[in-house]
Amino acid sequence: MNRGGHRLQAIAGSLLLHAFLIAGAIAVVLPFLWMITTSLKPIQETFSPPYLVPVWFRWENYVAAWKAAPFGRYYLNSFIMAVFITAGQVITSAMAAYAFDRLEFPFKNVLFLLFLGTLMIPFHLQLIPSYLLVQRLGWLNTYAALIVPRLASAFGIFLMRQYFRTIPRELDEAAMIDGCSPFGVLFRVLLPIARPAVATLGLFAFLFAWNDFLWPLIVTTSPEKLTIQVGLAMFSGKYGTQWVYLMAGTVTATLPVLALFVLAQRWIIQGLTMGGLKE
Amino acid sequence: MRAVRTITDRPSSLRASQAWAALFLLLPALLVFGLFNIYPTLYAVWLSLLDWDGLSAAKVFVGAGNYRELLHDADFWNSVRVTALYTVSVTVLSLAAGLAVALALNRRLFARTVYRTIYFTPVITATVAAGVVWTLLFDPVNGVINVGLRKIGISGPRWLSDPLWALPAVILVGVWKRLGFNMVVYLAGLQAISPEYYEAALVDGAGPWHRFRHITWPLLTPTTVLLTIMTVIDSFQAFDHVFVMTSGGPLGATDVLPLFLYRQAFRLFHLGYAAAVGWVIFLVVFVATILQWRLSGEGGWRRS
Repeated sequence: MNRGGHRLQAIAGSLLLHAFLIAGAIAVVLPFLWMITTSLKPIQETFSPPYLVPVWFRWENYVAAWKAAPFGRYYLNSFIMAVFITAGQVITSAMAAYAFDRLEFPFKNVLFLLFLGTLMIPFHLQLIPSYLLVQRLGWLNTYAALIVPRLASAFGIFLMRQYFRTIPRELDEAAMIDGCSPFGVLFRVLLPIARPAVATLGLFAFLFAWNDFLWPLIVTTSPEKLTIQVGLAMFSGKYGTQWVYLMAGTVTATLPVLALFVLAQRWIIQGLTMGGLKE
Repeated sequence: MRAVRTITDRPSSLRASQAWAALFLLLPALLVFGLFNIYPTLYAVWLSLLDWDGLSAAKVFVGAGNYRELLHDADFWNSVRVTALYTVSVTVLSLAAGLAVALALNRRLFARTVYRTIYFTPVITATVAAGVVWTLLFDPVNGVINVGLRKIGISGPRWLSDPLWALPAVILVGVWKRLGFNMVVYLAGLQAISPEYYEAALVDGAGPWHRFRHITWPLLTPTTVLLTIMTVIDSFQAFDHVFVMTSGGPLGATDVLPLFLYRQAFRLFHLGYAAAVGWVIFLVVFVATILQWRLSGEGGWRRS
């Protein structure tokens, strides 16, 4: 074949590739597009044929949906839960990782394996005993039930330890000579250097907490304590046929995470594929 | 060097103070893991031997009774079958689709990162929200899927209320959610393959299929094995979108094991029985996790 033939072939090949990728991408974003266009439709147009690019913009649907269910309250609950879990996991993981990487103590390896071992126990097995414990503590329908059981993360400890390993010990020792306590070394020297690991763990923890469903579903029943995901599932059970409002609620529930993803994709993709290895 | 010396040279009082510091630093994680991981796991052993509704004072010890009952419970076996079908389908389909997209993206390409972002978006989307949207997409009359099918002259099924089509619908959502993750890991695997192999194959005049069959696929085996295990572990525990879309119905057609467990525990209050189901889920996840760790070095974290 001559040179021109090869070029034509290459162009045809790349067009075919794009056709394949675009078709797939449309299938993947279809639910998102449809969710948005439906949420902005006038109520009387609910059953008009589906379309993908918004032609109506009834923002008042959102107001109506937020009035039909306390989405604002759900939002606040999810936000409080996710922020505390994220901060908690970063702090407890950094503390434990410091001990595992920098200190010598009895049963160190056993303890580390025990921590990692918690990763292979499916949550479904712990679900009922954890529920009974939370119930006995009188924590049902409290933030404590949503937050405390999630305050430590074996993935987080592992991640932070791996990062601390790369930081030379000379830095700690210099800080110690300047009169820094081990605590000061951890929070003033190591953590600032380990920012990439903190970001990865933080995003992973936040996403996981925001999207979590089963645990919040069983420990909360009163409307003031529902998280956004549980609230949405309840709303869907109650107003399942009112698509316009339902989609407004769904957009509400997914928007923060989508925004976060757009802002910090690189970290999120990295954190999730690494964190996924945790399971 | 220096680290080793500081530890061994220090007097024992300093070593003791290190142990105290370690205890203090580990305490928060220890408390949380102890109370909400280790204790519940141990308690689940005892619970699975009881007949107890969680409320009454009477806990009846039944030994292996719950497990024996499981063996004769047709609903349980239905759940096992549904879960196996779901897990195998989601795993095979999401790996195949993830690999196809990764292969297409593994080159210099216009809008490459845009594609990658789009395909990854479902991974970060809450499964509950996704379940709600897909329920509407699958609506028999006004859902976008059946409307589309009607346009090309096909009358679509009633999807979520059809015992035959509900499971494929739920599987489709599982694949949609998982595809992007597998794509990213496959892309990393593809990028680790040295271009020299392909150059040599080109010299030998090997076509694209031959290059894939004899270079790419064999060299991706470790990635494929790892992803298979990870996707099995993940999809075996699927709950959220099934709960929202079908709650296990119609007629148990989508009643995956986690839903079966949830219903036994929190609807029927058969706590002991549900704990026994928990151990069945544990068995599968445990074996798969051990395999994963074995195959991917220390703790499965090599990539980090």
